[in-house]
Amino acid sequence: MNVRIPILKLDEVLIVSIQWELDDQTAIQFQEDLLNKMHETTARGVVIDLTSIDFIDSFIAKVLGDVISMSSLMGAKVVITGIQPAVAITLIELGIRLENVMTALDLENGLTKLRRELEA
Amino acid sequence: MSNRSSVEIFTEWDIVAARQLGRNEAKNSGFGTVDQARITTAISELARNIYLYAGKGKIEIERLSTDGMKGMTIIASDEGPGIPDLRRVMEDGFSTSGGLGAGMPGVKRLMDDFKVESEVGKGTIITATKWLR
Repeated sequence: MNVRIPILKLDEVLIVSIQWELDDQTAIQFQEDLLNKMHETTARGVVIDLTSIDFIDSFIAKVLGDVISMSSLMGAKVVITGIQPAVAITLIELGIRLENVMTALDLENGLTKLRRELEA
Repeated sequence: MSNRSSVEIFTEWDIVAARQLGRNEAKNSGFGTVDQARITTAISELARNIYLYAGKGKIEIERLSTDGMKGMTIIASDEGPGIPDLRRVMEDGFSTSGGLGAGMPGVKRLMDDFKVESEVGKGTIITATKWLR
């Protein structure tokens, strides 16, 4: 049951596409895997694409928020992309505000935004 | 055809099972994608509360059809420690588990009707309903 989320590297950016519903263990494992990969590859940026995710509860939101803060401690920038309308609506109604988080409509825009940030 | 189904909550995996059941039931009841996400998220929060605070319990999902109104009710029940201060758990940001404290008030906002019955030392029953518009 323990599936790991693949983390791809493209130049100095790590790309993660979450393709299935996250259980708690997979989410925690992902947090650790991403930080390790960042450390190994010295990547300076991460794009996490959530296009396939149809809901985010407070636990997953906390894991995502934490991974962004942890990446920032390590000196990397994270962009979240592809949040669906239903996910945006339920997150706000749930009372979760992912503040100070870079977001973009899709992977392509996310990569552009991230590259601009990294060059700045 | 039974209009009630349930998932027992013992492990983290049961949280996944409960929300999958909820999403399927919501879809089959004719709810749109936003309401499906609301219902799935609400179930996830309630199931996690059972897992975190009571250790075990049950999520029941009931399809409703009364007076021309259709809907879905989630009943989250456990025989855990109960909630000593109901007013505090309904405050945004209140958590004893290091979580975001979004759970209970969040579920109330996601659903249309929301009711908590809790007795310290006996357990908690939360009933939350979403109506089909």
